[in-house]
Amino acid sequence: MRLVVDLNKCQGYAQCAFLAPDVFAMHGEESLIYDPRAREEQRERLARAVAACPVQAITADGLEGAAGAEASAGMGAGDASDAR
Amino acid sequence: MPADHLDWLRREGRIVVVGASLAGLRAAETLRAEGFTGSLTMIGDEPYEPYDRPPLSKGVLLGKASPLHTELPHRREIDAKWRLGVPATGLDLSAKRVRLADGDEVEYDRLLIATGVRARPWPKEDEARLDGVCVLRTREDAADLYRRLKAGPRRVFVIGAGFAGSEVASACREMGIEVTVAERAGGPLVGALGGVVGAVAADLAVENGVDLRTRVTVTSLEGDQAGRVRAVHLSDESTVEADVVVVSLGSVRNTDWLAGSGLGAGPRGIACDAGCRAFDFRGIVTDDVFVAGDVARSPHALFGYQFLSLEHWGNAVAQAETAAHNMICHGADRRPHLWMPAFWSSMFKVNIKSVGVPPMGEQIMIAQGSLAERRFVGVYGHKGRIVAAVSFDNTRWLEFYQRQIERGAPFPVEYPTVDRRPEGRQPVDAQFPDPSLPTHGPMVTMSGYSPADQQLVFHPARH
Amino acid sequence: MPQPTLLSRITDFANRANPYPLYEELRAAPVLHEEEDGPYVLSSYFDIEALLHDPRISSDARNLAAAGDDELAGDETGGLPPSFLRLDPPEHDRLRRIANSAFGPPHRPRRIENLRGDMRQTVKELIDGFGDERRIDLVDQFAYPFPVTVICRLLGVPREDEPKFRGWVDPLVASLDPAAGQDTGGEFQKSAQEARMQLGMYLAGLAEQRAKEPRDDLLSDLVNSEGPDGAMTMMEVLSTSVLLLIAGHETTVNLITNGMLTLLRHPEVLARLREDPGLSVRIVEELLRYEPPVQLVPQRTCIADVEVRGVTIPKGSRIWLVLAAGNRDPERFKDPQRFDPDREDIQHLGFGSGIHSCFGAPLARLETQIALSELARRLENPRLVEDPPPYRQNAVLRGPRHLNIEFDGLRD
Repeated sequence: MRLVVDLNKCQGYAQCAFLAPDVFAMHGEESLIYDPRAREEQRERLARAVAACPVQAITADGLEGAAGAEASAGMGAGDASDAR
Repeated sequence: MPADHLDWLRREGRIVVVGASLAGLRAAETLRAEGFTGSLTMIGDEPYEPYDRPPLSKGVLLGKASPLHTELPHRREIDAKWRLGVPATGLDLSAKRVRLADGDEVEYDRLLIATGVRARPWPKEDEARLDGVCVLRTREDAADLYRRLKAGPRRVFVIGAGFAGSEVASACREMGIEVTVAERAGGPLVGALGGVVGAVAADLAVENGVDLRTRVTVTSLEGDQAGRVRAVHLSDESTVEADVVVVSLGSVRNTDWLAGSGLGAGPRGIACDAGCRAFDFRGIVTDDVFVAGDVARSPHALFGYQFLSLEHWGNAVAQAETAAHNMICHGADRRPHLWMPAFWSSMFKVNIKSVGVPPMGEQIMIAQGSLAERRFVGVYGHKGRIVAAVSFDNTRWLEFYQRQIERGAPFPVEYPTVDRRPEGRQPVDAQFPDPSLPTHGPMVTMSGYSPADQQLVFHPARH
Repeated sequence: MPQPTLLSRITDFANRANPYPLYEELRAAPVLHEEEDGPYVLSSYFDIEALLHDPRISSDARNLAAAGDDELAGDETGGLPPSFLRLDPPEHDRLRRIANSAFGPPHRPRRIENLRGDMRQTVKELIDGFGDERRIDLVDQFAYPFPVTVICRLLGVPREDEPKFRGWVDPLVASLDPAAGQDTGGEFQKSAQEARMQLGMYLAGLAEQRAKEPRDDLLSDLVNSEGPDGAMTMMEVLSTSVLLLIAGHETTVNLITNGMLTLLRHPEVLARLREDPGLSVRIVEELLRYEPPVQLVPQRTCIADVEVRGVTIPKGSRIWLVLAAGNRDPERFKDPQRFDPDREDIQHLGFGSGIHSCFGAPLARLETQIALSELARRLENPRLVEDPPPYRQNAVLRGPRHLNIEFDGLRD
């Protein structure tokens, strides 16, 4: 699953780092680093993080079926050819 | 434009987007979201689908993310024809054709240029070719630099203490690597945030073990017999041995391919109106060529209609959305690109954010917190107005100051605020360098005052 | 007899079950100032959001006292220094940073994550505990004991001491209600201060133990904190622990209970949740908008003149931010009176925003997600016995006192 965080919006509330600590981490008091490619087993936690962001700064795709995904379209296997 | 032509364009027109990165992707998504059903072609010089760059100098170098996997999530299907790995090499405005490096030509009814910028290379080409001399802009650059850092170099030398250079230095120190940073100005980030804040960044770097050399320039890079870089020579006649050199001298706008096209494109970007329509070199706005992202230079009503070039992630997104909207709507429905400049950086575990245009400010006031504690909000003033604010680990207050900028609130900040310290009672000189002396890559450049002031001069691309 | 003020109708217990029509009246006067010495009441989403990030707005209890609101200022004294909830930066920031270093990222990134298993187990045991009963009080049998168990474990307070500390917590929480003690003079606040001191002394005993023998709990980390911000003094540890103990369960009780009440009023959503526990994530966010457990923030003052919608709120005024009204502001949310977990945009004010945004938010989220999805899954055909249920007195921390539910059986 791919994700991106709009760090202009991010205010360091760290909800994502609490709820999906393998994807998001606080680096210091308020700066966030994250893995833009979350592994499949993080699906549920990623959905929690996306929904909990108080400033709605996280966009993820490939979260179909999981709550909180901003879009379900994404570049799954079906449309990988789209990019070639 | 007659309504039936617009309807036709929206239904079966051909839109070509040159530049397949953040701005290009978000524009394509917006076009589809707003009902464009014609053909969409995405042209990109890199052979990869759109990926995100900010993590390359942060999460990637810290080992939190793979340089090869920062592809951007898609907000929706865009059903585009992708021409990746093929740079555009020319534009024929009258025939409405984009020429590609492989000889192909692509015709358009509407064109969006979002070709962005590339890293400014070390100007001496033979030295730039030495093994170990790096830049950091693409995912390949990041993969290469990360590999070199993991190999445990004895010392990394960073040329230029802007945001990117400082972020690299920060990552080196986290990895326990010795690092020297050379900066022409009096401190890091001085071009973007001024000397008062730059001094804080300097303390931060030095305290974290960076060997910071200010008011010096690099005169030459020295290689060994195997063609590997081994030392850096400085203008103060000192020499620093290093086996990785990161050239962080800002960026060059990708406008070379437009040379001679008749578009108002040059080293400072492509001028466009607030509706993202490109100017031709005469200063007359085009009808079917739009610009978005780092390569664009557009007038901003809140900042005296000065033409701003913003290498900001958020600007790329917002301008792409505005450009895409304006490409397929009636003239009366066009929107101006009025995005409030904003950026973030993070170094030595400190979160740095800014809103507005700091280099426009002559004075700064520490409205909250303390420079010495490195937690503060600094407010910049220009002619009695608040024009920008910067925060170090104090981001939750920043939106208040953004509203002040939007409302043209008075400067200095006369009213009390929580956490106001004695140092914040008076404004002080923000200490921006004399604009006649170039520093490395300020994030904002300004020129001109209104579209009417543009001179009828064609600027050929320079390197 | 003069017409009662809108504010007094909001704090009036008679309107507790449904204050939302009153909030709608509030939003019609978005900067309400009814009485000369009364507060300015803000109820529009955008105004509240702006003021939560406005550095001219103070949370410092001393400023509130100066604004003439002695009863509210008094509730946090009781011999202990104010908690970070009632302080401004830099004191607030320092204490909250130290508390956070014991609680979450970057120093303790997995402390909450690691509680998930315990939370599930506690929920399972509580539901199993319903046994053969087919009618329960959700508050007393589930929504209260669950977060209490979790916060006790997290903080390091023995669960079996709950009857002891409940006697101190109740008057303290009651004192947060603006209407509290209006008829009893100072007695009510005095008993709250007494309770706070007692609770502090109880926690001091635990803290001293942890100073000698640290364990894997928050109290141990607070007592033994060391870092760039230095250590908390013992008094700071106590006021922080009092805050965390109380805020750590009193609000979650209401979130869970309001949640189940709302689901029982929207059986189609409850049915979907039964099939898809992942929906609990969105349900909890929508609940935080629709029925927030903290309805209003009555403890702010402005330290400069602040202009809102053309009205100048003079320096030194008290300000109430009615989060629950902002959460249903049609200027911000489409169809705001509708409970709709599918809405695209749920950027609610349920946890506040800015530097004082809810410290325990991730804990409350996880607890409520687990609680509601398990209740939905295990209760067969649950239904409300009475609607509306009886409410607690408190207008700030609003929620049912009891929530009687009948059901046909328990699934495994």
